[in-house]
This record gives sequence, C-alpha cells and structure tokens, in this order.
Amino acid sequence: MKYLCLVYLEASKLHAVADRECMACGDGLRQSGMLLAAEPLHPVETATTVRIRNGAMTVTDGPFAETKEQLAGFYLIDARDLNDAIQIAAKIPPAREGSIEVRPVRELQP
Amino acid sequence: MTAVDPIHETVNAVYVAESRRVLATLIRLLGDFDTAEEALHDAFRAALEQWPREGVPKNPRSWLVSAGRFKAIDGLRRQSRFDQLDEGAAAAEIAVAPEAWNDEETVEDDRLRLIFTCCHPALAADAQVALTLREVCGLRTEEIAQAFLTPAPTLAQRIVRAKAKIRDARIPYQVPAREELPARLDTVLRVIYLVFNEGYTASSGSVVTRHDLSGEAIRLGRLLVDLLPEPEAVGLLALMLLHDSRRAARATRDGDLILLEDQDRSLWNRDQIAEGVRLVREALAAGPGAYAIQAAIAALHAEAPSTAATDWAEIVGLYDLLRRSDPSPVIELNRAVAVAMRDGPAAGLALVDAILDRGDLRDYRLAHAARAELCRRVGRVVDARQSFERALALTRQEPERRFLEKRISNLAETR
Repeated sequence: MKYLCLVYLEASKLHAVADRECMACGDGLRQSGMLLAAEPLHPVETATTVRIRNGAMTVTDGPFAETKEQLAGFYLIDARDLNDAIQIAAKIPPAREGSIEVRPVRELQP
Repeated sequence: MTAVDPIHETVNAVYVAESRRVLATLIRLLGDFDTAEEALHDAFRAALEQWPREGVPKNPRSWLVSAGRFKAIDGLRRQSRFDQLDEGAAAAEIAVAPEAWNDEETVEDDRLRLIFTCCHPALAADAQVALTLREVCGLRTEEIAQAFLTPAPTLAQRIVRAKAKIRDARIPYQVPAREELPARLDTVLRVIYLVFNEGYTASSGSVVTRHDLSGEAIRLGRLLVDLLPEPEAVGLLALMLLHDSRRAARATRDGDLILLEDQDRSLWNRDQIAEGVRLVREALAAGPGAYAIQAAIAALHAEAPSTAATDWAEIVGLYDLLRRSDPSPVIELNRAVAVAMRDGPAAGLALVDAILDRGDLRDYRLAHAARAELCRRVGRVVDARQSFERALALTRQEPERRFLEKRISNLAETR
C-alpha cells in the first residue's frame, strides 16, 4: 500500500534540518525497499497555480490559500498499513520541526 | 413468531451474549467493517431459519462466525466483484479450519483488536468514542446520538467517515506491539473515561448523570481488564466504580446537585466501593499510574465517614504525586481545594488565585465556582458573588445553573 508523506514546514524552518540528514533518511528508506520517491521543494513563493475553468486556463501566482505551514517536500512510501506508515513518517527528520501529513494513495478506477 | 417461541428467545440471548465477539472475529476474517456487519446480520437471520429445524448448535458462536463468513463470501461472489477486493477478503477465501475461530484466545484477541482499532489515534476523538460505543458495545447510532445530544445523521456520518478511513488508510486490525502498547492503551482508556464522564457529569443538558453511558463505560472497563489486565486499566475501572458509587447521593429527586460534604453517605454503593478499593490496591501495587492515583483519592473519599473526617493530608499528597506525572492546571485546582480543607480556606484561595492569575482555567467554570466557595468561607461576599456569576455564565448544564443561582441567592441572605 502506497502512502504519500507530505512534509509541512513554516517558512522560517525550511532549512532547519540539514540536507545531509534528509539524504541519509531517504537512503535508509530506499535501502529497506520502502521508498518509491522523495523530493524537497522550493519555497511556496516560487509556486504557480494552474486551473481550467470553462475550458480556459488561468494561471495565478502562489497557492490558493495562505497558510502558516507550507509544503516543503514529500516522500512516497510503500508500507504494509497505516501503523507502519506512521512509524516511517516519524523518522522523517522535519517531523520534529514541522509536521508530516500521511495520505493513503488511491488507485484510479479504469 | 410469538414471544414465547423458545428458539427465538435463544437466538436473542445468543445475540446479546455473542454478537460483539462474532462481529470482532468476522472483521478479522473478512477484512472490512461493513462487510462484517452485514455478515453478522445474515448469520443471525440464518440462525432464525435453521435452528428451529436443526436445533441449536453446540457452539453457537462458531456456527455464527462460520455462517457469516460463508454468506459474505457467497454474496461477494454473486456480486462478481470478488477479484477487486483486497487481501482481507481474499484471505477469507482460504479455507480456515473451524478451530481457528473456536479458539478462545484468538476470539478474545479479536475483541481487543476491535477495541484498539476503534480507538486508533489516527481517528478523530469523537469518532473513536462513537465507533467504540457502536462496534464494541453494540449501541445503536440513535442511542449514541441521544446520549451525546448530537443529531443522529451527524453521528452516523462520523461513523461512516471513520470506517472509510480505517479501510482507505488501512488502519490495521491488530493489538499493538509491546513497545507501542502504553501510548495506544492511553487512547483506549481516555475514550472509556470520556464515555464515563459524559454519563457521570454530562457536559450539557438537563440532567446531572446519564447512567446509561456511565454503565456502558464501566462494562467496557471490565471487558478491557478481563482481556488486558494492565495496571492503568485496573486503575481506571477502580476510579469509575468509586465515582459511580456516589451516584444515588449526588442529586436530589428533582435533579439538583448535592455537594460531596452534604451527601447522604448511606446512599453510597458499598459493594462498588469495596470492589473499587480492592482494585485500587491491585493497581497501585504495580506502580502509581495517573488513573490509579485518582482512584486512590476517590477511595479516601469513599471510605471517609464525613468530609471533616476525610484524610485531606493524604489527599494533598496524592495530588502532589499526580501532578508529577500529569502537570495539568485542573489537577492543581483540585489540589488547591484539598489544601483548603487541610489548612483552611485562605490557604486554598491563595493557590486558586495563583492559577487563575496565570491565565490557566480562566474559562473553566469549576475554577470560578471553587474560588467563589473559598471567598464565601473567608467572608469575602462581593468576590464570592463575582466568581459565582462568572461560573454561572460559563456553565452549560441546567442542574449546575440552578445550583449556582441558589448559592448566589444564599449569599444575599447572609449579608
């Protein structure tokens, strides 16, 4: 079962955890076969939001809602169940600075 | 069928005694709450049809599990969506020897699995409570809604959402491992205590106690102690029994609150106190957990012949111990009241004022009520009135409102 672990951090804490530590975490998970993908993101100021409304594309600066914490990166993991996913999420280093949202991945229905 | 039909009565009795166990096992075998619930109903329907013809089976529970499982798999096949189901249902297809669900230990584990799953920390607190009462205790959605003064559709939605999360996020159906157990057990105990408190001191509404919920919480507490005799579970059961022992003395016939010091102690349930005290000793022997300490305090109250003859020094000491493991302002407030009883109202008042000055408990009605009472005892009538009025503005419970109004009008008389 796949889970997407979304890393949320306040702007001031985007660099609170050293890249080196995050790389080590990713390597460890990859070696155990539980990591499918993981990437850090640039700050939310660099984001662009795309929507299609009435067939026309609109592009706006930034995300729709301003929130205190922003999406800072993600880990796509393969875990047995939610308990395992929570255990893994707890090991993601920014968990101690911000929060990790664990979301089960849904299968598309053909 | 008529009411005198003995088979019908037997099926009803088996339902009351076994339906929760059968459900817990079916959830494990079928891997899904909704499928298991449907299977449970199908199994009992089959019992009503077949038992009059074939006689009541020697082991009704395993008959029901077996029938439920068969009906579920049959139903799934007929809907020809069997191949889309996840492993849980697929596992059910594998022939399992009947011993696998006859086994007492596995079946009791299923009940624990159900409790821990309903109280999983990934579920919202109100969903944990609703799900536990419905799935573990077998209460109907309407009954739970009524007890919590929540509209039934809201409550039903809460349960549906929680079950969807269990399924979609794959919350496992298992008893937590040893290293996870303390934290997970805390959640279970909190859910049980919340149910108890809602029954014992309803947070809103027109009556002081809703016995159905307190009784349900005590039954849950007993079940948990039977299945998993951890010291804190024993401590919580003791605490609930000791609090509940005073139920008959806590309110007048008209539903007015009676303070501990004014209660008729002959109305306290002595059997429940004896059991509570025995359980406190058992729990404390294994180490002083937060519930066991609170139960020990309740036991000192329960065994005292009057408020004056209560061992307040010991109670203050127990609150000190409690404060160390759980440094909450509410515990500090309770300790302050005990200090007032030990050292006089002025000493207690100073502590209560310090808590309120810090800004903690500013919106907690009982903090203002305690301050008012202590002010009254030291003769500060104006301050007492002010605090009673603050408490009155914060309460949402009708008997408490009446009680506080009476205290205020009594103040006027003493002037």
